Amino acid sequence: MSDTTTIGEQLAPAASSTPPTRRSGLLSLRTLLLLVALVLLLVTPIYVEEFWLRTGFAVFGAIIGAIGLNLLVGTTGQLSLAHAFFLAVGAITYVYVSGESGGTAEVIDGLGLPPLVGMVAGVLLAGIAGLLFSPVAARLRGIYLGVASLGLVFIGQHVLNTYTRVTGGFNGRTAPEFSLFGFTFGSTDPDLFVAGVKFGEAERLWYLGLALALVAYVFAKNLLRSRPGRALQTLRDSEVAAAVMGVDVQGYKARVFLVSSMYAGLAGVLYALSIGSVAPESFALDLSVLYLAMIVLGGLGSVGGAALGALFVTALPLVFQEYAGSLPFVNEPGQGGVSAGQAARLLFGLAIVLVVLFEPAGLVGLGKRITGLFRRKPRTSPSPPRTTDSTKEHS
Amino acid sequence: MNTFLTLLLNGISLGAIYALIALGFAVIFKASEVVSFMHGSLLLFGAFTIAKLNASIGFFPAFIVGVLATAGVGLLVERLLINRLRGAPVISLAILTIGIDIMMLTELTRRIGSDILNAGHPWGGDFVRIGGIGITENRLYAMVTAAVLIALFFTAFKFSSWGVAMRASAEDGETAALMGIKLGRVSALAWVIGAGLAAVAGLFLVGSPTPGVAPGVHSVALRAFPAAILGGLDSTGGALVGGLIIGIAEAMASGYQDQLLFLGRGFGDVVPYVVMILVLLVRPSGLFGTKELTRV
Repeated sequence: MSDTTTIGEQLAPAASSTPPTRRSGLLSLRTLLLLVALVLLLVTPIYVEEFWLRTGFAVFGAIIGAIGLNLLVGTTGQLSLAHAFFLAVGAITYVYVSGESGGTAEVIDGLGLPPLVGMVAGVLLAGIAGLLFSPVAARLRGIYLGVASLGLVFIGQHVLNTYTRVTGGFNGRTAPEFSLFGFTFGSTDPDLFVAGVKFGEAERLWYLGLALALVAYVFAKNLLRSRPGRALQTLRDSEVAAAVMGVDVQGYKARVFLVSSMYAGLAGVLYALSIGSVAPESFALDLSVLYLAMIVLGGLGSVGGAALGALFVTALPLVFQEYAGSLPFVNEPGQGGVSAGQAARLLFGLAIVLVVLFEPAGLVGLGKRITGLFRRKPRTSPSPPRTTDSTKEHS
Repeated sequence: MNTFLTLLLNGISLGAIYALIALGFAVIFKASEVVSFMHGSLLLFGAFTIAKLNASIGFFPAFIVGVLATAGVGLLVERLLINRLRGAPVISLAILTIGIDIMMLTELTRRIGSDILNAGHPWGGDFVRIGGIGITENRLYAMVTAAVLIALFFTAFKFSSWGVAMRASAEDGETAALMGIKLGRVSALAWVIGAGLAAVAGLFLVGSPTPGVAPGVHSVALRAFPAAILGGLDSTGGALVGGLIIGIAEAMASGYQDQLLFLGRGFGDVVPYVVMILVLLVRPSGLFGTKELTRV
């Protein structure tokens, strides 16, 4: 994995690093591929219909959330099932801060501030929620932390369902449209045409999602390459070793919770924008489990893996739903048989089991294996074995 | 006072059911280092099988088949999956069970649909009064059954060769294996017992005052998690104590709901988690769990 460093490598960087010429050659190819992908993503709205753009926006949101969870679970090894709670904090804060007061059935409060303020507030508040939980997290290890964070989801649900004036209660409330310095992300105002294609809500949101997901991706990549990133990975491999090396164990645990929940908060805001409304119901344990599925399928500890997993887990049910008629074994809702959502869930479950059994490094590991088949063997000293690398990844 | 005693009795009976589930968690964790996130599905599976079969073969045969079938699922999971991953990190094993849970729950939810199946307990929804204290017959039998099963379990755990093998392998797997204890067999048996206990708990959990078998039972079963964690995940005695604490706390919070209105409606449902987090803050390995020692 390019973004993981085992302790051994850290201690003796000269021993395992590949020759610089080869590395730069590979890097430029990678950069080229990434650039092509980016250009393709940028022109997508011109060619693709609305359904795919909306799916894409949901995927971008999920990518941000999954990268955040992966920093916590994959990189630092802190099992958390509380991600849905932090998403909820972000989403609800956004609708509360930027939404208007009123409501027909129930009284709903809102501050009516600009959406950008709402988004920033959502991210910050989710981060604060993460910090508040970190004293618990700092004391607990491994599976105890997993179950304690499970509790957070249920307690969060209860709190959200209780404060109906903020959350809209069971029926939820609509999410205000996003706008940036007067430019709205609704379908009009101002009308916008690019290459003869009308840029409505779906197209505009696509770019918003793409930009935010890119920032989230680059930030996480850089974080992992930096000193704190290495500290987090050392924490995962052994807390004792980390402490001996001078890593402030509790401090880093608290900070990774902060960063991870801020990612979740942003993902929550995008979720609210993508659905158009939020209800406490949407942020149940299911959502946490789906996020866990994303990072496990994509590859624990890998930023790109989280993105791949998010794409897979988020897009699959939507695509199944869209093409329910033409898929075998899948029926339209209400006809009995397996519905699209259920088919997708069965597939995730199976995929998780298979990944844990056969390819602990997830989709990324699978990709590495496939490209490894085509790559020429280095002539001189063999590079460090890939397989040990991928097992290290998974703990 | 009568209200209090009624709530206490109901809490104890609910706690007994939680204790059965938590005991399953603890046994499985001790023997195979797996935290089973699929227990909710196992429990639902057991209750569903019983409810489906009791019309054709009668309640008691259905009960036995249901428990055996659930134990069979546990055995299958252990043999086919867990056993292959011996020594894998605890977290990835937990994630594996989450994967199985997603599949089982999806399929069971689909089969149950929007119905609420009746598990067909012969005692139905009858109510017993003992000097002003009321409890449903279902909960009373639950308490008795749980007490018997738990007593049986602890006797076996203490005296049978399986119990000794189990404790030995939990203490030090490698040494136990060198002494001729078959770790695979110990772990398989633990899964059979854990799943079987879940099915028994499932039967009582879907009886009155709960309406019947519905997918929501899955999340009720999750409340046994706090029970297991609270007592200490690797402590069987802790599972018992944790179950009772959680059961009583939940019953009290639901019973005195009106006095606790400032905490919101339905606070009883989250009390288990609140209690768990409070206890964990003070004792990070639960009340009776072994403290993790780190040797360098």
